[in-house]
Amino acid sequence: MTAADAVAIRATGVVKTFGGLKAVDVERIVIPKGRITALIGPNGAGKTTFFNLLSGFDKVDSGTIELDGEDITGMPPHRLAAKGMVRTFQLTKVLSKMSTLENLKLGALGQRGENFFVALFRGLWADQEAAIERRADALLERFNLGHMRDEFAGTMSGGQRKLLELARAMMTDPQVIMLDEPMAGVNPALAQSLLEPIKSLRDEGRTVVFVEHNMDVVREIADRVIVMSEGRVIAEGTPEEIRTNRAVVDAYLGTHRGTESDGGGAQ
Amino acid sequence: MDWGFILERTLSAMIGPEVVVYALAAVGLNVHFGYTGLMNFGQVGFMAAGAYGMGITVFWFGWSFWVGLLFTFVYGAVLALILGLPTLRLRADYLSLVTIAASETIRIVARSRVMKPVTGGAEGIDAFAKPFYDLSPFELGDFYRLGPFKFLGRDVWMLVVGWIVLVAVTLLVSQLMKSPWGRALRAIREDEDAARALGKNAYSYKMQSLMLGGLIGALAGLLQVIQKASVQADTFNPVITFTIWAILIIGGPGRVWSPIVGSMIYWTIIVFVENTLRQLPAGTRTNLESWINLSDFNIGMLRFILVGLGLLLLARYRPQGIFGSREEMALDRR
Repeated sequence: MTAADAVAIRATGVVKTFGGLKAVDVERIVIPKGRITALIGPNGAGKTTFFNLLSGFDKVDSGTIELDGEDITGMPPHRLAAKGMVRTFQLTKVLSKMSTLENLKLGALGQRGENFFVALFRGLWADQEAAIERRADALLERFNLGHMRDEFAGTMSGGQRKLLELARAMMTDPQVIMLDEPMAGVNPALAQSLLEPIKSLRDEGRTVVFVEHNMDVVREIADRVIVMSEGRVIAEGTPEEIRTNRAVVDAYLGTHRGTESDGGGAQ
Repeated sequence: MDWGFILERTLSAMIGPEVVVYALAAVGLNVHFGYTGLMNFGQVGFMAAGAYGMGITVFWFGWSFWVGLLFTFVYGAVLALILGLPTLRLRADYLSLVTIAASETIRIVARSRVMKPVTGGAEGIDAFAKPFYDLSPFELGDFYRLGPFKFLGRDVWMLVVGWIVLVAVTLLVSQLMKSPWGRALRAIREDEDAARALGKNAYSYKMQSLMLGGLIGALAGLLQVIQKASVQADTFNPVITFTIWAILIIGGPGRVWSPIVGSMIYWTIIVFVENTLRQLPAGTRTNLESWINLSDFNIGMLRFILVGLGLLLLARYRPQGIFGSREEMALDRR
């Protein structure tokens, strides 16, 4: 990260423990604006917990999280969405018994008709609803889901569900979009069709943060990689730097520093 | 056997006071469970709140029926707040535990001796519904007949008002559920976390849903005590809650007309079975008495057994209810 990069998210001294286990213990993480940042690490490294802390789904024990310089520590998810930060889930959360279009329309922020008393009078929200529908239709086309418009979201394949979540998150017009394992559960042959939409988010100037296991994906789209292990950040850098980083290799293969000869299998 | 009599009773039951009261309570439960996914196992508690909102206002404070009408809604809303504030942030099952306990607490406290000056205790409260019946254009004591339907004038008046209220509330709920507000509720039913991630304050929506459905339940309770012209604690027992659930399941949760149609089906079956059993020819009657100990007393039990059997068959062959779609239901399993 160069000095010229603006900061989207800054986490300082963030600690989260479950029982006696320190799931997250991060001194400092800075996520640059307008870039794609990957959060990687072996199972149990605390990536998803950290993700939940950033997105307001879990509360930190101590430490602060800032979005665009504003302290958002402990802010609930629905308020973060209003501030331009939205997330998706590792196990996709499509609203099965609602149509694809309805799924998208739900995502729009600041809907007048979401107020109970306004909702009673159709005339007060019908225009806005029509505008939201036009935006939703445009996003459906962009993410190749136009043909699913009126189908129940529950009938979609794994890859389509990931696209739907992405499109739905885009309805909030987010500045920061956080993807929890966007490739999990997707047929590898289709993975490529998910990469382009994610890259296009960056090209629009949005900040993307994602958790991923698949290193090919990380190499292909990430500008920057943060590696976590046992709750801590153990390395940061470009994908190329990370690939050759010794600490990272150790973290993935088991820790056998300096004993190359003994194979590294034991742990 | 007098089939004409059985038919008349059954057809009248199809649109009778019970149908209106239970359908309205089920509309409230439909808001909770059908549209928002809230497991409310104490809908009868809201009915009791509505009934006592009226009863206590008239009996204890000595205020008028019309002030009582206002308090019906106040009590319903307050109960929703009390139940919702501590539980709606927790997992769904906490609400069900608290609602079933609260509805029984209300009944037991209301019938207790200590509360007698306020609630009338086990004897309850009467003489509050006069202003309602004073407005009746029908002669209260006369029988009115229209085609196969036959009702007392006071019931005709209650039915006219009741059906207007029921249809109006049903249409209101239908409109709300088509709005962005309703969309947010349905999203919470499908996946609360997804809704939260997309900027919806799930807690607030669930509270609004609990209040709306609770107010509708309170209104149902009020209709019930107006029809009976008395507020009796023991009429608000848990069986009523489960009957309301049965009605909603028969119709299919999350559908606009299921509470009404479910309630009509439920009460039609109940009244048909009861009247048929009571009208059996003497020989058959004696046989049943010796075979399964069928007496006048347990005819009441037998009709519930038969309804239970009907629900079992429904669960087996049409689990989505009358209006539900099987396709939609199958999505749950994916």
